[in-house]
Amino acid sequence: MSTYAQKKGAGAVIWDFLTTVDHKKIAILYLIAGGFFFIVGGLEAMFIRIQLAIPDNNFVSAGVYNEILTMHGTTMIFLAAMPLVFAFMNAVMPLQIGARDVAFPFLNSLGFWLFFFGGVFLNLSWFLGGAPDAGWTSYASLSLASEGHGIDFYVLGLQISGAGTLIGGINFLVTIINMRAPGMTYMRMPLFTWSTFVVSALILFAFPPLTIGLFLMMFDRMFGANFFDHTMGGNTVIWEHFFWIFGHPEVYILILPAFGIFSEIFATFSRKRLFGYSSMVFATVLIGFLGFMVWAHHMFTTGLGPIANAIFAVATMAIAVPTGIKIFNWLFTMWGGSIKFTTPMLYAIAFIPSFVAGGVTGVMLASAAADYQYHDTYFVVAHFHYVIVGGVVFGLLAGTHFYWPKMFGTMLNEFLGKISFWLFLIGFHLTFFIQHFLGLMGMPRRIFTFLPDQGFETGNLISTIGAFFMAISVIVLLINIIMTSVKNEKVGNDPWGDGRTLEWALPSPPPFYNFKQLPLVRGLDAYWLEKMEGKKGMTPAEPLGDIHMPNNSFIPFVISLGLFIAAFGAMYRAEHSWGLPVLIAGMLVTLLSMLVRSVKDDHGYHIHKEDLIDDNDKGVKA
Amino acid sequence: MANQQPTSGNPKVDLEYRRRKNSEEMRYQVITFSLMIFLTLIAFAAVGFSDFSGWFIVPFIILLAVIQVIFQLYYFMHMSHKGHEAPQLFLYSGVLVGALTLLAFMTIVWW
Repeated sequence: MSTYAQKKGAGAVIWDFLTTVDHKKIAILYLIAGGFFFIVGGLEAMFIRIQLAIPDNNFVSAGVYNEILTMHGTTMIFLAAMPLVFAFMNAVMPLQIGARDVAFPFLNSLGFWLFFFGGVFLNLSWFLGGAPDAGWTSYASLSLASEGHGIDFYVLGLQISGAGTLIGGINFLVTIINMRAPGMTYMRMPLFTWSTFVVSALILFAFPPLTIGLFLMMFDRMFGANFFDHTMGGNTVIWEHFFWIFGHPEVYILILPAFGIFSEIFATFSRKRLFGYSSMVFATVLIGFLGFMVWAHHMFTTGLGPIANAIFAVATMAIAVPTGIKIFNWLFTMWGGSIKFTTPMLYAIAFIPSFVAGGVTGVMLASAAADYQYHDTYFVVAHFHYVIVGGVVFGLLAGTHFYWPKMFGTMLNEFLGKISFWLFLIGFHLTFFIQHFLGLMGMPRRIFTFLPDQGFETGNLISTIGAFFMAISVIVLLINIIMTSVKNEKVGNDPWGDGRTLEWALPSPPPFYNFKQLPLVRGLDAYWLEKMEGKKGMTPAEPLGDIHMPNNSFIPFVISLGLFIAAFGAMYRAEHSWGLPVLIAGMLVTLLSMLVRSVKDDHGYHIHKEDLIDDNDKGVKA
Repeated sequence: MANQQPTSGNPKVDLEYRRRKNSEEMRYQVITFSLMIFLTLIAFAAVGFSDFSGWFIVPFIILLAVIQVIFQLYYFMHMSHKGHEAPQLFLYSGVLVGALTLLAFMTIVWW
């Protein structure tokens, strides 16, 4: 099956990606799909800023504005940030621990297709009678009153894509626990792998509450239940609790991988061991743990009472401690290092002050008494964009430049990369810094327009100009990607020259079996250790042998497609007679393909030792 | 993976030791199984005798349920064996998160 080196037609390539179970190809799928939804969410953001550029604007109507605003938040969190994070986890984590693939390659593919179909379903709402319009938090008292099918799209789409995320998280956990190479102890794992591990645990515990909340909402809206309807004895606050028990860990699910990417970048381009490795691991785990204790700080003004508010305020402020540990460790990693200012490193350096600014406003918002003033103003909008854009998006953009050669075998242009960095940095601060003051002056969030002569004009205009800088930056990045792909100049194993971890010991992109022989890991920064002793590559930990590989499968696509069809049936069941049959047919497609998967044995295949032997490769004759 | 030793047919496996270990394991399972049935009978009895108030019966049955779960995990799902540290960590973290959610719902949602 050494087909990977041959030239293939477009159809064969598409079929290959539809059926692939290879973690590197699934990473590329996640990157493309996540990148697409990032552009969609970005366009929605531009529409928001254009509408708010001048007072009394009528670029969009109030109803459409609500839909754009809801879809911007939902798309960016669930369909852009999550899959992009998953793209890097899939591409890098198995290589970093010295594994040939993830533990369950089939499930990996299933996770992607569930996410993809959920995302497509959610976005089809634009063409089928209106998008969800109750905000990305979709609070029950508002969303139960929403007419049309918008909220149904939200509930069903997120249910499907959430199942995919949960599957992915469990897969990564098993991979990290069971498939580390010989010598790769927990305390030798690179920080990105550590953050993947903690994040997967957070996914495991945080997504079930979302699933339950969405199920209750689904039954309330589509099957006549009354969980959230207080006139029927329900309780609307339950949704808020479920949503934030999920939602607060969710923001750590997004930021921790970014922390992991930055930790790799700081160590690589300071050409120094990461300062305080064990305290970094400790801080990552502690942030994950505390992330479950603070959800009610999103609900200070719901009337939880002073005791609950005080407890959650103190717990929230406690998170500043492990985050501070991380910030200082990054600073000390750079201290005395021989720093190389590459594009990823620029993002990493700019991340520190930007994220700290977001953290400081976070502590301000955590003071429950003061929060009554900040609540539902643009101050909150400024805060969470500082942490999400200044943290997560910077991390993802840095990761795109840093890992691009490992994923595609070509280097993104550094000059264009730096242009897009500066445009993005300036645009980001221009857009969101002023929003702190708009909020403090009393501009409420989620409004579709504002009146003139209230002091909001200048601030909003500046904010809109900043948004255009970010849009141009993303366009420059896209041009960079297209140029690089067209030129297609292949690079070697370690294109940055300072790679520290195992993935840089492999060719770019790695062969489909990753490691011919599993490497022997002798310490933290395994590849750096070998390079410092004058070796060219890793010492193998096993003799050359047959490699067992999984077969490609189209079943994950079909399972997800079945749920996609069933979702339409569930939604239109009440008003069209074809709804119920479609629901049943969709479920049958899913269940039958699961049955086929269970009944039909698929043992995979072996790459034989003889096919792996290559006279140019010195490691083979060992 | 071709480089891993399959466990069956491995000459180093001590069959005598395995057999002894298995019968010991079996004895534990029979004991805990009969204990679990006994606990279930007590639970039924607690409801059956209506002399007790609900304030006693409900916590009592929950306590019995917790004991049964522990038996199930440790004796039937082999968590008492070595090498189950990771599942233990995740089970207990899950219990913690679940308990916290319940606590919050009982104290601040249904006030």
